[in-house]
Amino acid sequence: MSRKIVNDFSITVGTVNGSGSQTANTTILRALFKMGIPVSGKNLFPSNIQGLPTWYTIRVNENGFTARRAEHEIVICMNPNSFTRDLADVLPGGAFFYADDIKQPITRDDITIYPMPVKSLMRAQTDVPPNLKDLVANMVYVGILAQMLGIDLSTIKSALEFHFKGRQKPVDLNFNVVQSAADWAKTNLTKKDPYFVERTNKTEGLIMTDGNTAAALGAIYGGVQFAAWYPITPASSLAEELLEYLPILRKREDGKHTYAVIQAEDELAAIGMAIGAGWAGLRAMTSTSGPGLSLMTEFAGLAYYTEVPVVIWDVQRVGPSTGLPTRTSQGDLTFTHYMGHGDTEQVILLPGTVNECFEFGWKAFDIAEHMQTPIFVLSDLELGMNQWMTEPFRYPDTRMDRGKILWEEDLEKLNGVWARYKDVDGDGIPYRTVPGNKHPAAAYFLRGTGHDENARYSEEPEVWAANMARLKRKYKNAAKFIPAPIIEKTPGADIGIIAFGSTEPAIREARHQIETEAGLRSDSMRIRGIPFISQVREFIESHTNNYVVEMNRDGQMYQLLLTEYPDLSGKLRSIAFNDGLPATAKWVKESILALEVK
Amino acid sequence: MAEVLSAGPSVQLNLVGLSKNDYRGAPTTLCQGCGHNSIANQIIAACYEANVAPERLVKFSGIGCSSKSPTYFLNRSFGFNGLHGRMPSVATGALFADTGLRGLGVSGDGDSANIGMGQFKHAVRRNVPMVYIVENNGVYGLTKGQFSATAEEGLELKHQGRNPYMPIDIAWEALVGGATFVARSFAGDPKQVKELIKAALGHHGIAVLDIISPCVTFNNQDNTYHSYAWGKEHEVALHELSYVPPAHEITVEYNEGEDKEVILHDGSSIILKKLDRDYDPTHRADALRVLEEANSCSCLITGLIYVDPAKPELTELYNLIDTPLNRLGEADLRPAPDTIAMINSLMF
Repeated sequence: MSRKIVNDFSITVGTVNGSGSQTANTTILRALFKMGIPVSGKNLFPSNIQGLPTWYTIRVNENGFTARRAEHEIVICMNPNSFTRDLADVLPGGAFFYADDIKQPITRDDITIYPMPVKSLMRAQTDVPPNLKDLVANMVYVGILAQMLGIDLSTIKSALEFHFKGRQKPVDLNFNVVQSAADWAKTNLTKKDPYFVERTNKTEGLIMTDGNTAAALGAIYGGVQFAAWYPITPASSLAEELLEYLPILRKREDGKHTYAVIQAEDELAAIGMAIGAGWAGLRAMTSTSGPGLSLMTEFAGLAYYTEVPVVIWDVQRVGPSTGLPTRTSQGDLTFTHYMGHGDTEQVILLPGTVNECFEFGWKAFDIAEHMQTPIFVLSDLELGMNQWMTEPFRYPDTRMDRGKILWEEDLEKLNGVWARYKDVDGDGIPYRTVPGNKHPAAAYFLRGTGHDENARYSEEPEVWAANMARLKRKYKNAAKFIPAPIIEKTPGADIGIIAFGSTEPAIREARHQIETEAGLRSDSMRIRGIPFISQVREFIESHTNNYVVEMNRDGQMYQLLLTEYPDLSGKLRSIAFNDGLPATAKWVKESILALEVK
Repeated sequence: MAEVLSAGPSVQLNLVGLSKNDYRGAPTTLCQGCGHNSIANQIIAACYEANVAPERLVKFSGIGCSSKSPTYFLNRSFGFNGLHGRMPSVATGALFADTGLRGLGVSGDGDSANIGMGQFKHAVRRNVPMVYIVENNGVYGLTKGQFSATAEEGLELKHQGRNPYMPIDIAWEALVGGATFVARSFAGDPKQVKELIKAALGHHGIAVLDIISPCVTFNNQDNTYHSYAWGKEHEVALHELSYVPPAHEITVEYNEGEDKEVILHDGSSIILKKLDRDYDPTHRADALRVLEEANSCSCLITGLIYVDPAKPELTELYNLIDTPLNRLGEADLRPAPDTIAMINSLMF
């Protein structure tokens, strides 16, 4: 065996979709996390319920670089249909584990091969009911891998206890298989590859969860009262987690509910319901992905023009069209920003970590109600559906902002004199009333047609133009609610890197690589919302070359920056690519170096 | 908004202290003689006579001539004039904000039976707490005279030629969709329209009123289904209908054993005075039969076709707190600070 390599490699597991391998894979991931080793897990799955090949890739890195890598030192193959591809995928010097009932030629001699007697080990498991055998069989590779890498079995047990919510029977059933597979490996396999894990303390104080769960929890801490949704990958779990946690977190002694979650008949109805609820004074939201967002367009324009607060989560997947429904993308940015016909500008929040999904989950309601406009939160499949290490969630540090609402006593003080769309305070944000207000002057008639300050129908050219100008002022004012970009500086930086969302780990690692490998120092700015705030301009101005890195074909963030700062166009360069897979540091590094003229 | 109409001393007030003027809206901008104006007037009269507090009603509409009409009544009620065919979803969400509110939706045949069929049927299925009026004239008015989905097969219109398709029957769709209150009426029969609106306001859950409302400009030829002349000549009322508000004595003439009384959820009742036939609107199978019959008899059968006063309405399925949701504040909506540690411990 060559030099020992500890806590620095990637594992990919190839299985059959629907075979229950997700439990096994997240068990490995969580066990490594529990050992204190920084990890990430990415599920690269097909749009299919059962039968097609699916891969799960785990990155282990002591230094905390957990972006996806396209190269794998360790490959586990449980699927005869992906055997050839999986075998070819192992880096030279790596290890290949495979279920030994797959009888296919082993064509590599530059890697270590470990056959796994999955079938025969499972035959010995007489406690496992026949209908569960195929599912539990995945625990064989968990046990063998644990033995060969040095994963502490007690951490595997805690991972299983978490997964099965403490139910002893399934925990035992699965753990027994892990244990016997580990025992078998100890006796029958000889360690020849160099890859090991060792306990460390790099994950202390962190939690592990996914962005959709975080978003749902954030929304609950934001006081969500109404959510309407329609099932769509990769957004469904966001609404489902609302259903999971609302009963726990908003439990009342009288057993009554302060919220309603409705599965609508389609996304048109989902956003229509949320807009109705938002108009009537509820903290209302919907969650969807690209195709659903397309359906919501007309309503998004209505809510913008009629000034209805509502929160829309878009967990992005690959479009156009049905596209790649189970793959990740940052392709909805320009569409969302201009969503609606006519002159429309939508406010967008861009979470880049699971923790920010939580934070923006509650903040979005404050901004929506303060600004009286839809707030779009753009997450993506990578962030929303995969497990991430993250800082623990922090309780909201500001009180709820319900915006400018007039109730009976307010109208009493005003002698009933008010106007729905009048800019009283000079910030473009008018006052509103909501149904149920009993003051005789409270009611107004919301209309998507041209309206004056009193919400009355108007086709007067000057009324229309003045109202649109006010909406523009209001939009510009939204900048002060947009979370500041995360800026990281290196003294004497040569270039700036601009990104947003889930590419954060790839950017961080790429910056390290271009500095250590090419001597190129960089600053980075992760934009967290639109409209752009002043720091964005300042950052661009302070670098000769700013590389705008994003996971779409056309460089959508680049386009928006060019539109906002035409005078800075010479300082902006686009690095844009999307094939459905999460960004890698290698891609970021090579793309920048290719463009960087020395 | 800014002007609060108040009644002078000589004006007659109803039981909630309002004059009929308090139920009016802006002057109509629809064509003179439009059936929709007549219905708007009956909405005003019905709300006034049934002592409806305007702040407890929320108006909804989509797009089209009919959908413009909510500006012409109930100035003191909130209203939402949204998108073509999407009135039901907006109403569904809004009515969760305060379960003391009842929706009053006005849609058209294009808005509900063409572009909005899906949302219409899902609102019916969910038993959304609203009156859902379809002002049905078989034609698009604002875009100048195209066929709608309720236009009868063979109808000929000036620039469109002959309609080759079978019509959609709003009342039938509502009934099949599980509606708990289905009625059909005719704008040329204002008395029946008014009583049906009152009954629909007293109903619990969705009340679908398919009201034939002639378009005098584009579809009012004497021999066509949606015209005044045809309606007047072919209307067959199932019964003579009167609405009795809650805690009122029944003052209408009432033959026990022959006429029928339906008691609604709020204690109000509908008296159905027998005309030519025995008809019991609480039997769904009879309701389906009478609609089928209406299709083949070349007549306009009007009246209360079906009612089920007992079924829970949408918001009741959610076990909501008694305080209106839109009056809850941070104390009720944001979990306590100590829960965050518990939530973090629930993550891995």
